[in-house]
Amino acid sequence: MKLTEKAEEILEALWVAVEEEGQAFLDPEKMNIPLADPVYAELSKHALIEVRQGMVHFRPEGRDEGRMTIRRHRLAERLMMDVLNIRGEDGDHRACQFEHLLNEGVDTKVCAMLNHPTTCPHGKPIPPGPCCDEARAQGDLGVVPLTEYKPGQNGEIAYIQTEDSKKMQKLMAMGVLPGNKITLVQSFPSYIFRVGYSEFAIDTNLAKEIFVRK
Amino acid sequence: MAVKEIDKTSNGEAVKRVALVGNPNVGKSVLFNALTGAYVTVSNYPGTSVEVSRGNSTINSQTWQVIDTPGMYSIHTITEEERVAREILLNESPDVVLHVLDARNLERMLAMTIQLIEARLPVILVVNIMDESERMGIKIDLELLQKRLGIPVIGAATARKRGLDDIRNAIANYRGPADVPFVYSRLLERDIDEVQRLMKGEYVLSKRALTLLLLQQDEEVFELVRALEGDGFVALEAKVREIAFERRESFHLDLSLERKDIVRKLISGVVEFPEKRVVTLAEKISTLSVRPMTGVPLLLIVLYFGLYKFVGEFGAGTVVDILEGKLFEELFNPWVTAFIKGLIPWPIIQELFVGEYGIITLGFRYAVGIILPIVATFFIFFSFLEDTGYFPRLALLVDRLFKHIGMSGRAVIPMVLGFGCDTMATMVTRTLETTRERIIATLLLALAIPCSAQLGVILGLLSKAPGALMVWGICMLLLFLLVGVLAAKVMPGEPPMFYMELPPMRLPQFTNVMTKTYTRMQWYFMEILPLFILASVLLWLGKVTGFFEKMIIAMTPVMASIGLPKETAVAFIFGFFRRDYGAAGLYDLQAKGLMDARQLTVAAVTLTLFIPCVAQFLVMKNERGWKTASAIGLFVSLFAYGSGYALNKLLLLTGIL
Repeated sequence: MKLTEKAEEILEALWVAVEEEGQAFLDPEKMNIPLADPVYAELSKHALIEVRQGMVHFRPEGRDEGRMTIRRHRLAERLMMDVLNIRGEDGDHRACQFEHLLNEGVDTKVCAMLNHPTTCPHGKPIPPGPCCDEARAQGDLGVVPLTEYKPGQNGEIAYIQTEDSKKMQKLMAMGVLPGNKITLVQSFPSYIFRVGYSEFAIDTNLAKEIFVRK
Repeated sequence: MAVKEIDKTSNGEAVKRVALVGNPNVGKSVLFNALTGAYVTVSNYPGTSVEVSRGNSTINSQTWQVIDTPGMYSIHTITEEERVAREILLNESPDVVLHVLDARNLERMLAMTIQLIEARLPVILVVNIMDESERMGIKIDLELLQKRLGIPVIGAATARKRGLDDIRNAIANYRGPADVPFVYSRLLERDIDEVQRLMKGEYVLSKRALTLLLLQQDEEVFELVRALEGDGFVALEAKVREIAFERRESFHLDLSLERKDIVRKLISGVVEFPEKRVVTLAEKISTLSVRPMTGVPLLLIVLYFGLYKFVGEFGAGTVVDILEGKLFEELFNPWVTAFIKGLIPWPIIQELFVGEYGIITLGFRYAVGIILPIVATFFIFFSFLEDTGYFPRLALLVDRLFKHIGMSGRAVIPMVLGFGCDTMATMVTRTLETTRERIIATLLLALAIPCSAQLGVILGLLSKAPGALMVWGICMLLLFLLVGVLAAKVMPGEPPMFYMELPPMRLPQFTNVMTKTYTRMQWYFMEILPLFILASVLLWLGKVTGFFEKMIIAMTPVMASIGLPKETAVAFIFGFFRRDYGAAGLYDLQAKGLMDARQLTVAAVTLTLFIPCVAQFLVMKNERGWKTASAIGLFVSLFAYGSGYALNKLLLLTGIL
């Protein structure tokens, strides 16, 4: 099911009104989209909402769809702020455009990359998706710096985050390359990790810059 | 860099060259020794050979010059050692390049083979350490690998002398570089093509490889290309900058990943890993040595048995007693004195050889009777430890602590070596990453690390005064930390980062340890014996001309200000030549009963801190330059005097001793 952007916005507004503000319905006046707009017909056709006495109500399937739409919106906000470092109004605006691209599994990837965030930059909760529940069930830490691992834990190198290109090259020459398997052997007094059959010792500052995932 | 040039054979024909390259600690130096029969220091410690060793080898009745290079991870160089290694590939155009790698880490290390082949260098691949990889259950299909790479591939275990004949044959029958079979992604190939087309000069490395190095912003390659391209360089540089800018986000990473992908395809079906990782005994010991709970006690055990028992009690005690006490004092000196006196009639000249400061009775006796046994036992201990692979583990254990005194854990190696010979240790500081770290290490070596010779004499000296040894030890430790912390605060620059490859722990081979000790001893004696003789001559001159007396008188107020009798001035003048020489001078004074416990302690502390020996000062100048060396020298002298003064006052005030 592919909804128009306008339809997704109505679902979001309805979800916020019902789930977060405790109302029973959404007044289309507040959205500035009159009931005559074909978008309502589109949503009704997919059996997501129904319009009764001029007000917009959820149908059960619509509630789930709304939840996922708001989730995408808030993930997009996080993405703008955490990764792309675009803040404020500009960030909100871009997040609105971006969220529509986050369907069909892209949201799961973004969610994993952001390490299953629970709140948006405005402090509102991000409804957890199946990937978040799964990660919690497995005790999966997501993508974390090597410093968060316990000795003996295995993972895969996700990326290296450093401003210093010399450092990056040094690490890459030692075999710290995205996709390589890595085992943390020890974390104190220095970090020792194993890649392939070689062991390396590094200090905390370097360990912070190696990001790993299960 | 000490580089001996051997360009021609005795009959004048041009010598063919073979260069050994590869990651640190894969057995290049062992292979070098096996091929040439000469000895280079082989250590189980990443990054100890900064010097380039060369030797000759006759293979199939043709003379080859074998060049051993410092370890490198990639031909895009980062560290000083890597630069030295690449210089050889660039400037000496070897006829064969032996890329030595560790079979256990084939996948990781093949990335450099790819680079070498791509550069159209005449590469032969030596897959070394096959014995240990077989023991771990790793299977490698070398023939398939050879077919895929298009270059000769040889399996070897050079430490066990396995595969040496194959290597010699491969060198003798080498038939020119392979055609480059490695293709990158379309995008990267387009970038390479665009830059490559603009290059017109003739280079040792292929244009493809140079292009990639240019795109990685390699300054040295920029200079090289600038020199050869002339007017065309402007356009070329603009193109490189343009592509580098377009791909600024992740060029290094993309390239590494593409190479990794090429390697992955290369080795699929070539390497077979065992189901379960085999944990060897060495790995278990390794684990014990790096956990603080077991590592620190292990360190103490190593120090107790290695330094205290072996170097201290056996070397400085038993052996010195036999050599110095029995051999020299009772047998050799009386005999040589009588002999010289019979040979030379003039007392003044007699004095030069067999007098109080005589070349033979003092210089030679100190060097052979006292210094030799101490230093020899220390070097045996150090070489043994080095070959086990313990030092990198020690480095990671102390890294946190060393960061407080402005150095990374890596600096623990020069510091430990300093307890053997500060001069040698100062040379080793060049393996440290930053100038800041090197200067701090040089300063601490000059100031607070007593060398084995000095340590031996001082321990002997102070052990007779109970408590003195402890005061001395606490003083040295506190001053070491104090100066380190201050230096870390004062010195500008980034704090060092610590990273180090941990080589597998091995049981050292007896012959390796012995040859290594021998090479170090040889170096040491070449360095110090002339100084001992020079010192004897100067002291003799000073005594004969009366200059010495004047010096002592001039220094008396200085000595008095730190509470020492005027005779100690002699020891301090000795100490300028070698600190242990000075300490040995104190030993004589104490034997005559001229000093009490307080004076001995003050003198020992001052002398330990005092100006390093002349040899060390010269090495400091070579490594750090005149300005830094002089600044350190001046600081050390003032600090030594100041500390002596303060300690004397403190001891007088508290009456501890």
